[in-house]
Amino acid sequence: MRIDVMKTYKLFINGQFPRSESGRVYEITDSKGKFLANPAHGSRKDLRDSVVAARAAQPAWSKATAYNRGQILYRVAEIMEGRSEQFIAELIAQEGLNPSAAKKQVEQAIDTWVWYAGWTDKISAISGSTNPVAGPYYNFTIPEALGVVAVFADGKPSLLNLVNGLAPVIASGNSAILLAHEKYPLSAITLSEVLATSDLPAGVINIITGKTAELVSWTGSHMDIDGIDASGLSSKQLREVKELGSENLKRIHSFDSKRSPLRITSFMESKTVWHPVGI
Amino acid sequence: MNNFEYAPAPESTAIVDIKSEYGLFINGKFVAPKSGKRFETINPATQEVLAKVAYANESDVNLAVSAARNAFTKTWSKMPAAERGKYLFRIARILQERAREFAVLETLDNGKPIRESRDTDIPLAAAHFFYHAGWADKLEHAGVGNNPKPYGVAGQIIPWNFPMLMLAWKIAPALATGNTVVLKPAETTPLTALLFAEVCQQADLPAGVVNIVTGDGTTGSFIVNHPGIDKIAFTGSTGVGKAIAKAVAGTKKSVTLELGGKAANIVYEDAPIDEAVEGIVNGIFFNQGHVCCAGSRLLVQENIQDELIEKLKRRMSLIRVGNPLDKNTDLGAINSASQLARIKEIADSGDLEGAQRWSPACNLPTKGFWYPPTIFTGVSQSHRVAKEEIFGPVLSVLTFRTPAEAIEKANNTQYGLSAGVWTDKGSKILWTAQRLRAGVIWANTFNKFDPTSPFGGYKESGWGREGGRHGLAGYLKAGN
Amino acid sequence: MTNLIDGSEVSLRKFLSNLPPVDQIGAESRAATLATRSIKNESKNWAIDLAIRMVDLTTLEGADTPGKVKALAAKAVRPDPTDPSVPSVGAICVYNDMVKVARTALDENGGKNIPVAAVATAFPSGRASMEVKIQDTKDAIANGASEIDMVIDRGAFLSGHLGEVFDEIRTIKDLCGEKAHLKVILETGELVTLDNVRKASYLAMLAGGDFIKTSTGKVAPAATAPVVYVMLEAVRDFYALTGTKIGVKPAGGIRTTKDAIKQLVLVNEVAGPQWLDPSLFRIGASALLNDLLMQRMKMRDGYYPSPNYVTLD
Repeated sequence: MRIDVMKTYKLFINGQFPRSESGRVYEITDSKGKFLANPAHGSRKDLRDSVVAARAAQPAWSKATAYNRGQILYRVAEIMEGRSEQFIAELIAQEGLNPSAAKKQVEQAIDTWVWYAGWTDKISAISGSTNPVAGPYYNFTIPEALGVVAVFADGKPSLLNLVNGLAPVIASGNSAILLAHEKYPLSAITLSEVLATSDLPAGVINIITGKTAELVSWTGSHMDIDGIDASGLSSKQLREVKELGSENLKRIHSFDSKRSPLRITSFMESKTVWHPVGI
Repeated sequence: MNNFEYAPAPESTAIVDIKSEYGLFINGKFVAPKSGKRFETINPATQEVLAKVAYANESDVNLAVSAARNAFTKTWSKMPAAERGKYLFRIARILQERAREFAVLETLDNGKPIRESRDTDIPLAAAHFFYHAGWADKLEHAGVGNNPKPYGVAGQIIPWNFPMLMLAWKIAPALATGNTVVLKPAETTPLTALLFAEVCQQADLPAGVVNIVTGDGTTGSFIVNHPGIDKIAFTGSTGVGKAIAKAVAGTKKSVTLELGGKAANIVYEDAPIDEAVEGIVNGIFFNQGHVCCAGSRLLVQENIQDELIEKLKRRMSLIRVGNPLDKNTDLGAINSASQLARIKEIADSGDLEGAQRWSPACNLPTKGFWYPPTIFTGVSQSHRVAKEEIFGPVLSVLTFRTPAEAIEKANNTQYGLSAGVWTDKGSKILWTAQRLRAGVIWANTFNKFDPTSPFGGYKESGWGREGGRHGLAGYLKAGN
Repeated sequence: MTNLIDGSEVSLRKFLSNLPPVDQIGAESRAATLATRSIKNESKNWAIDLAIRMVDLTTLEGADTPGKVKALAAKAVRPDPTDPSVPSVGAICVYNDMVKVARTALDENGGKNIPVAAVATAFPSGRASMEVKIQDTKDAIANGASEIDMVIDRGAFLSGHLGEVFDEIRTIKDLCGEKAHLKVILETGELVTLDNVRKASYLAMLAGGDFIKTSTGKVAPAATAPVVYVMLEAVRDFYALTGTKIGVKPAGGIRTTKDAIKQLVLVNEVAGPQWLDPSLFRIGASALLNDLLMQRMKMRDGYYPSPNYVTLD
C-alpha cells in the first residue's frame, strides 16, 4: 500500500512561497472533521510584505498592454484546466461536495476566469468615452487601474468566489492581495501554484492564509492599500473595515456571487482630459 | 573599407509543407470541387507555381452555403456563447504556435517581405482572434441592444493584399457573434486560408462553421447572390463594392464594404520632420503600397517642401527591394502581372501629365513582378496620379499653404478611408482630425492597426467598420 | 560654423529651440526596425572586425591599478594571443592618473598607434569647479592622452544655462588644441528626452567637439538605440549644414556582438557608410571585446567556443 507524499501549504508573496514569518500555522479539517492540512497563519508582517510586493509590481502591470494582460490571464486558465483534478479533490475534501458537483464548480471557475480574461481590452470600450463638451475642446474619459486591492474571498462555493474576486481586480491592471477564506484556503494556495507557472509577473497577486478577524483589522488600517473587495466579510467585519479604511479613503465594495464587469470598473478610477481644438 | 553590404539572409522555407493540390474546405473536410477544375497559384517574386487550388463553381458554393446553414441551425446557434468563445481562443493560440509557418507561406504566396508577414500580418491576425474570442459571451455590451442576434450565414470575400489578416478581420467577428461563414480568399493568394482550414480542424471547430471556397470573381458573385447568405462582408476594389451594393438591393442581406482609398498624408511645417519622413515611407511603401489606406498623397506645407523631399529621397535610397524571403528586404514583389500593369499605366500618366518622377537606383530581379519605390513631385489635384488609387509603391506629392487649404485638398476625393497628420502641435492635430472626412486618422504615425481599433471608411471607401466594439455591429441585429 | 550662431547665448538658445522636434515613438519604432536587420556570413565577419577596431577598451573603476591597466593595454594590442589576424582595438580609455601607465604599456607591447583616451572634467558627474576641470584635462594631455572624453554639465543644461555648457566645451577644446581630439559626453540617461539629446548634440558640435558620446557608462539607460539614432541624425544633418563630419561614440550597455552589429547598422543607414570608420565611430566597452572574439571564433571554426578560450584581463 503506497503512502502519499503529503502537501505543505505555504503563503504566496512576490512570486515565492514563504512560510509565515511568525512561524505559525493553523489546522483545518475536512468536511468530516478529519485533519486536512496546516496552512500558514499569516501575520501582520506577512501582509505588510505582500503590500510592498503588490505596490512594486503594479506600475509595470498596469503599463502592460491590455492584450498582454489578457493573454496572461488566459494562460492562467490554461494551467488551471490542467490542474482540474487537484482542484476537484480539494473541493470534495473542504466543502464535502460529491465529485460531479465539485467538477462543475471547477469548470465554472475556469470559465469565469476566461470570461474576465476577455475583458481586459474591452473595458475602456464600455466605460470610457469622448464627451461632447460645449466648447472647442476635445474631452475624453479613460478608466485607469486603482493600485493595490485586497480581496477577501467569500465561502462556499469557495473556488468560484475566489475567481470572481481576484480575476476582475487584476484584469484592469491592479495588483492584488488575496486573503483566503479561513475555512476553505486550499484552493487559493493551489491557485497560487498555477499563478507562479503562468507568466504572471511576481507580486501582481499575493495570497495570504490565516484568521479573518486579524486580517480584517490589519488590512483595513494599512495605508498603502487602495481598495478592498469585502465580499467575504460578515456585516460586522464590513463595518470594521470601512471604519478603518476611512483613514485613507479606501474604495471598499461588496458583491454578490455573479460575474460582472462592475467588479472590474469598481476598482478603477476615471481620468478626464481636456485639450483645445485649434490651429 | 566602408562596405556594409548585407549578405543574403533568407528565411528557410522548410517549415512549410505545400501540397501539390488542394480541395475546397467544406463541412470540416477538404473535398474535390464539383467543377472538376483547378487553377495555379504562383510566387510573384519568382513566378514559380506553388500549388494548384480548386475552382468553386455554383454547385460548390451551394454545398458550402448549405454546410454553413446546417452548422448554424443545428450547432453554432445552439451553442452557449462561452463555448463559442473558447473555440476562438483555441484558434488564436494555434495561430501563435504556427506563426512562423503562416508567415513564410504568406510571403511565398503574396510577395510581401518576410519581416512584414512575420512582425505585422500574422501577429495581428492572431490578436484579432484573441480579441474577438472574448466578445463571444459579452454581446449584451456590443451596443446592439441587450439581446443581439447573429444574422446567420455570412458570405465573406477578401483581397490579396493581406490575405491572412483580412481572413482574421472577417472570420473572427463573424464567429464571435454567432454567425457561420463561407469565405472566398483572393484568386492569387489562397494558401494561408487553406492552411487556416487545418487550424480549424486542429481546434476541433464543428464542421460547417467555417467553409473556405477558392475561386475567382465569378465564384464571389455566386456567394453574393446566393439566397442562403444573410450577410455579406467584402473587402476589395470600389468598383466591385458598388456592384455588390447594387446586386443586393431589394434583398434582406446586410452588407459591409471596405473599399479603396487615396489618403492624404498631411505634413505641417512644425512636424517632427525625421519621423514624418519615416511615416511617409511607411505610409506608401509598406506592403508595396498594396494598402487600401495607404498614404498615397503627400500634402506637404509648401515652406518645408524642399527640405522634406530631400530627406525623403535620401531615405528612399535606403529601401531594399528584392527577395521577399530575405529578412533584410523592405519592399517585396508586386502581387501579380495584372497589378503591375495597372501600376505602370497610372504611373506613366504622371509622366504624360507633367509631374516629375523620381526613383532611387534599384537592381530589380529579372523574374517576378517588381516596381521601384517612386515619387511624383509637382502633382496637382487634377492629375490621374492624385485622383486614382494606384495600389502600388507610388507617392504623389502636392503642396498647401494653410491648414484650411490642406483640409480642402485632403477631402477633395470620392474616397474617405484614412488620412495622416504630422505636426508637433496637439490642438492642430485635433483641429485637423475634426475636419478630415476619413474613417481612420493617424497623427504622427501611420498604418497602425489593432483589433480594438475600428477601421473603415467614409464616402466611397465603404460601409461599416471592422474591429473594436463598433465592428461587431456588422454581424449583429437587435433581438427582442 | 560661425554663420549658425553669433556667439551670444540668445543666438545659441534660438538656434537650439528651432531644431525640429523628435517624436519619441516614431524614433523608437525606426530604431527597432533597424534592429531587425539580419547580418550574416561575410558581412558579419566584416562587421565583427570593424567593431573590434572601433572598441575603446575601457577601465574606469575606483579600484584600477597599474597592473590592471597594463593587462588592458596588452589585450588592446593583441586581443587574441592565438590569432594574429585579429585587429587591435581603437583606443584604450582610462582615468587621467592612469594615462602614463597606459601609454607606456601600449608602447612596450607594440601598440604605438593605439591612442590613450582619458576621461576628464570631473568624470563622471561633472560636478566640480572649472579650475578643477581645466587641471584635469591638462594633466591628461601632459601624461600622453591624445583623446579627451569630457562630460558636459548636465545641471547647467537642464536648468537652461546653455551658454555655460557651451563655454565649458569651448574651453576644454582650446586646451586640447592639436594634441588631442575631444569627445563630449552628453550623459543621455540624465537628459531623458530625445529632444534634449538632439539639442545637446548640436550644442556640443557647435562648441567644437570632435565626437559626441552618449554616456559615462555609470548611469542607465546609456547607449540605447533611439538615442544613438538621434545622435547619428545630428551628425548627418550637421555635415549637410557645415561640411564638417563629427564622430559618434555610444558607451555603456553594449555587451554582445549582436548589440555592436545593431549599432553598425544604425550608423550605416542613418549617418551613412562614411561613418563606418574608427575615426568617426567608436564603441565604449569592456566585456564586449570578448564576445566579439568568441563570435569571431564561431564564424571561423563553425562551432560555439566557451569563455575559456578568451582571456580575462
